[in-house]
Amino acid sequence: MRAIALARRNFMEVWRDPLSLGITIGLPILMLLVLQAFGGVDAFFTPTMLTPGIVLFGFVMLMFSTAMTLSRDRETALFSRLLTAPLKPKEFVAGYSLPYLPVAIILAAALFVIGAFLGLEISGNAGLVVMVLLVMAVFYIALGMILGSLLPLAPLSGAYAVILLLTIFGGAWMDLAAIGGVFQTMGNVLPFAHALDAIRDVMAEGAGLGDIAPDLYWVIGYTALVAVLAVFAFKRRMLE
Amino acid sequence: MSSVTVESPAIQTVALTKRFGGIVAVDRVDLTVERGELFSLLGPNGAGKTTTIKMLCCLTRPTGGSASIMGHDIAKAPLSVKAVIDVSPQETAIAGNLSATENLMLMARLHGFDKRVAQSRSEELLEMMGLSARANEKTKKLSGGMKRRLSIAMALVSDPEVLFLDEPTLGLDPQSRNSIWAYIEGLKGAKTIVLTTHYLEEADALADRIAIIDDGRVVALGTPGELKAAVSDTPVIVVETTGLTEQAVDALREIYPQVRRFEAGLEIEGDDISLYEIEDCLRPRGVTIQATHRRRVTLDDVFLELTGKQLRE
Repeated sequence: MRAIALARRNFMEVWRDPLSLGITIGLPILMLLVLQAFGGVDAFFTPTMLTPGIVLFGFVMLMFSTAMTLSRDRETALFSRLLTAPLKPKEFVAGYSLPYLPVAIILAAALFVIGAFLGLEISGNAGLVVMVLLVMAVFYIALGMILGSLLPLAPLSGAYAVILLLTIFGGAWMDLAAIGGVFQTMGNVLPFAHALDAIRDVMAEGAGLGDIAPDLYWVIGYTALVAVLAVFAFKRRMLE
Repeated sequence: MSSVTVESPAIQTVALTKRFGGIVAVDRVDLTVERGELFSLLGPNGAGKTTTIKMLCCLTRPTGGSASIMGHDIAKAPLSVKAVIDVSPQETAIAGNLSATENLMLMARLHGFDKRVAQSRSEELLEMMGLSARANEKTKKLSGGMKRRLSIAMALVSDPEVLFLDEPTLGLDPQSRNSIWAYIEGLKGAKTIVLTTHYLEEADALADRIAIIDDGRVVALGTPGELKAAVSDTPVIVVETTGLTEQAVDALREIYPQVRRFEAGLEIEGDDISLYEIEDCLRPRGVTIQATHRRRVTLDDVFLELTGKQLRE
């Protein structure tokens, strides 16, 4: 109840800043349109392979927005006022995170609709794709909460760049198997490549839940860990 | 959850201390604030007032001592404390992209009020603070005084048992200050209020009791009258003059040893002061007396006597 009240305020802040919202949704769409043009050169750049990676790119931007909102709020007297309200740390985290979920859903839906016009196909269960993407949306938003709780505004861009690179080198728009080496090893221990493999397997090969389960464990495990860490990071921030 | 007794004071601190590295911001403060009391923490900037408030609002952890609000321990039961308090921070604390109504609704809902009650309390406070006409505009478009009034209203919307007002009139024009004073005056008795200020007039006019804080320590505690009575009961006559010279002042000092010169004239402290004698001394030396009056002891005198410095420094 209290978390919803805070989420409502943050939701209004998000929707009353159309420029940031437009960039968060518009830039990934532009990226999809540009990159799919290379489809003739490299088979990896087909809408089916590319769209999930571009969605994760959009989620990185969403993570940045989440971190910015919290970090900017922390520097205001309003934040002190909010902290005097009787909310638990997890309620605060929910209140700051929830407004970004609808944005994540709109972003992913927009990219998949445009991808469909460009020739994207889902051979398997679309529900599985939605599930993995939702878990990854929570992962990135929770990561944004950690960054926003711990870092001031200035170093946030650096953290954004690191997560963006990890996502790209996690296979967002490159074939990790073809690159191999350290990138493939890194991809195997982080959640990004597992999420992309799971989605692409469902979309391109019609894989089922059992087939993608090993990848799914990584994704869900990382998301749970990051969500718990987000609560701890915020709790730490609640007391000077 | 700490046990709460009906008799517990609104606020009790025992040797409450806050250190930042080697600096002691709040030094073993013992305070008891009764329910319904308007208690003022008076002191210059950096005295430790805001840090004390932050500890009592569970925003920063004490490094020593303990405190309880309405019987709830601030360290052990912060959520119970937060359920009975609200605070108007020193800086204006509002969400700029939200309207005044939305800001008030936000705070009411965060404190657990249902939508209907939150709406009705918001409307009531907007009316009271003279903000109804601008209730639906984004607050970043409001004037500084309006924002401050809204910020205070946001602390009231949850109907707290204990209200912390941290420098509520700082930087406000006299008209806005007077309207906020009138509102605080209206709350007296109904709520326990802790008011921090470095405006002497504010503490003098509003507070039931005052704790004077300097360098993190409570140096005096009492009603405004008690504090002033403790300083001196020797009368002070203020003589406003034109054409005052050092020779005239020296001549007057031969009659009254306690003569202080100030911008507009002289202050003479002592019993049995004769205005005729003063005039007889000054007029032949070319000094014109514009006005005379007996000055009452102010809290500034109290602060000066206790700390050796003026509060306005």
